[in-house]
Amino acid sequence: MTTLGATAEQEELRDSVRRFLADRAPLTRVRELMETEDGTDKGVWEQAGSQLGLQGIAIPEEYGGAGFTFAEQAIVLEELGAALYGGPFLASAVLAATALLASSDEAARRDLLPAIASGETIATLAFTEDNGSWDPSTTRLFAAKTGDGWRLDGHKSFVLDGGSAGLILVLGVADGGLSLFAVGAGSAGLTRTVLPTLDQTRKLARLEFDGVTARLIGSVGDAAAIMDRVLDTAAIALAAEQLGGAQRAFDMAVEYSKVRHQFGRPIGSFQALKHRMADMLLEVESLRSAVNYAAAAVAEGAEEVPIIASLVKAYASETFFHVAAENIQIHGGIGFTWEHDAHLYFKRAKSSELFLGDATYHRERLASRIEL
Amino acid sequence: MPQPEDRSDAYLAAREAALGWLTVNWDPQLSVRAWWARLADSGWGFPTWPEDWFGRGLSADAAAGVRSAFLEAGALPPPASLGQQLGAPMLLLHGNAEQKARFLPPLARGEESWCQFFSEPGSGSDLASAQTRAVLSEAGWTVDGQKVWTSGAQWADRGMLLARTNRDVPKHQGLSFFVIDVGQPGIDVRPLHQMNGEHGFNEVFFTGAHIDDDRIIGEAGDGWSAAVTVLMYERFMASLPTAMPGRKAGQLDEPAGAAVQRAAQARSSGRTGVSELVIDVAARLGESGDPVLRQRLAALWATETINGYLARGGLSDRESRRPSAHGSLTKLARSELVRAGRDTGLSVLGAQGLLQDPAVPGGSEIRHRALSSPGASIAGGTDEIQRGIVGERVLGLPKEPRTDRDVPFRDLTIGTQRQAP
Ligand SMILES: Cc1cc2nc3c(=O)[nH]c(=O)nc-3n(C[C@H](O)[C@H](O)[C@H](O)COP(=O)(O)OP(=O)(O)OC[C@H]3O[C@@H](n4cnc5c(N)ncnc54)[C@H](O)[C@@H]3O)c2cc1C
Repeated sequence: MTTLGATAEQEELRDSVRRFLADRAPLTRVRELMETEDGTDKGVWEQAGSQLGLQGIAIPEEYGGAGFTFAEQAIVLEELGAALYGGPFLASAVLAATALLASSDEAARRDLLPAIASGETIATLAFTEDNGSWDPSTTRLFAAKTGDGWRLDGHKSFVLDGGSAGLILVLGVADGGLSLFAVGAGSAGLTRTVLPTLDQTRKLARLEFDGVTARLIGSVGDAAAIMDRVLDTAAIALAAEQLGGAQRAFDMAVEYSKVRHQFGRPIGSFQALKHRMADMLLEVESLRSAVNYAAAAVAEGAEEVPIIASLVKAYASETFFHVAAENIQIHGGIGFTWEHDAHLYFKRAKSSELFLGDATYHRERLASRIEL
Repeated sequence: MPQPEDRSDAYLAAREAALGWLTVNWDPQLSVRAWWARLADSGWGFPTWPEDWFGRGLSADAAAGVRSAFLEAGALPPPASLGQQLGAPMLLLHGNAEQKARFLPPLARGEESWCQFFSEPGSGSDLASAQTRAVLSEAGWTVDGQKVWTSGAQWADRGMLLARTNRDVPKHQGLSFFVIDVGQPGIDVRPLHQMNGEHGFNEVFFTGAHIDDDRIIGEAGDGWSAAVTVLMYERFMASLPTAMPGRKAGQLDEPAGAAVQRAAQARSSGRTGVSELVIDVAARLGESGDPVLRQRLAALWATETINGYLARGGLSDRESRRPSAHGSLTKLARSELVRAGRDTGLSVLGAQGLLQDPAVPGGSEIRHRALSSPGASIAGGTDEIQRGIVGERVLGLPKEPRTDRDVPFRDLTIGTQRQAP
């Protein structure tokens, strides 16, 4: 592994993303958008693409991206997580883009990635089904060869931004194994239902496929390998978001404990809280180190990525939720209100913990991957 | 699911006697009002209250037996606003004869709902620093200030009010305890929304609100002792889902049979125990065989079962019907159980836990409990405050040095802002 410390360029990137989000997507705006069906401010999404080039940051220049690495994308994700950004970044720029990059389909990459990189197309990856399993081998959605194309029958669920995406990459089983397909949102036979979520800043949908015409991405049977890479990358991407959320929730707790007085002194002066915040800092800093290491590993295509992915997703899930719950506790009654932002982090922490598999799930994978 | 059955004799005897009475007297055709009146006269609604006052002088352990009889008989349980749960025990210990005679009958019959005006924006854990003032004139007391997080104020006929009546003495000595009528012009109840999407608590503004002089509990300046009684009872609170007392909720004239059904349905699974709920959902999702989840489910069940034993053990101190600091232990145990139920429950739901309305029966209740979970370790005194009480009052550890005990109230720093001089 070469770099663990951030370069000046990376710090500049972090600053500009943070300023952009503070200005264009503050929590007041997050609250308005979370009440909408797609959770996205189109103007902000477009600007993120046209001014900052965020959606294409880790997409190679030959496919219309900026050609930076996953290390830079992780910085963007961390800032998005801190701001509880509710738009389709994880779905489009991570899940869908990684799936295309991981496939062997050069034509599809050339066709589809440039619009994803610019933000013009919102894409997602539909791989989970009603059984709620994160393991692609449980896929049931059926893909059949027709004259010159494919037709899909079945369903997908828990699809991130599946209600708003214009391009849906779909995992299906064909005669010959797990395969990846592309479907336009307007396709005949596709019915999309937005599912109300516990964390309103994350939009999920259930999709029904009734003889939907689809384009095969790559070749039949190669999607298991694609999904391996996608899920590992996505787990690390989500962990970067979780780090951002954890840091922000932690900062809220520390700040409040300095100004809130009870018993004639700041509540942060009570060791009961002070020691817990010291422990939380240890967790958040450990997570930061792990995320940085993991991001560098993805950027370099290191062999150990599968191990690091499960390690970091398990740790991030526990750390973010722990800090978010403690943040409410340290705020007392005000932390339990809808008006205070603490609950938004609590809910995001829970949904991020469950999405792509919780800590138990990832520790089990880790155990297999380190050959226990 | 089999439950260990090792109830005390007092529990079993009370259960049997109550069941006998309920079998004869429970009538779903009666209005809620008429049923609760009948219950009040029988002494089975509030068995821990003295026989002179709608009760039977039973221990809290026996009262748990009575609660189980209500479930068994399918009868509408007694009214359970904070007036019945906290106000009445407080009146029995601190109220004068006239106050008991005035307030206890409408509480026992469920004709009134009460709330608790304790917490303020600047004073939660440090409740004794309350700033809401009450000033005495010939016409009675006049109240100005603000309370917050007041649960059920929107339904309340009266509230238990802790207010400052002297700013020149140390904080604990300048407080008085009142029973205040809520439906008067000087009181403005505004809803606050909770993170679980409900409107349970409120912020309440007092501007020249009036209290008759005979509504002060104990002497002026003595309010802290009554407040402590209320807080101690709060840690033990146990009630069954029932209809809402008081006129404002509009349920008094409904048939009691319909009310008991609605109360039961308020919990979608109809279960009161969290471990039973989570175990049931795991079985429905076919996850009970997962070795890791099995461990967590068994641990959750064990925690809840032990909590039950712990609560009963502590209740033996309550033979005198005065709660002790042991309540802080049971409250801490409950916070832990609530957190474990939340985390195990959502893990059982897995991807379905991402949804507002999980498809599996019981799933929405797990979700709702999870989103309500942070309240358990904050409401009624935070976990940190309970640990402090256990350390100082149960273990007798030396008290934390305090800078604010002997200083006149007017010189203290409260909440997030400096006191106005
Ligand atoms: C669901 C719900 C319902 C409620 N209903 C009512 C009601 O009906 N009536 C009513 O009057 N109030 C009610 N409350 C208010 C509740 O009693 C207070 O929120 C609680 O006592 C904490 O006070 P606070 O919110 O001011 O937090 P603070 O007291 O400001 O506490 C903030 C943090 O500091 C910690 N802290 C404070 N002092 C110490 C210390 N000495 N040592 C270590 N840590 C410390 C706390 O534990 C907490 O983590 C309700 C609260 C909730 C959440």
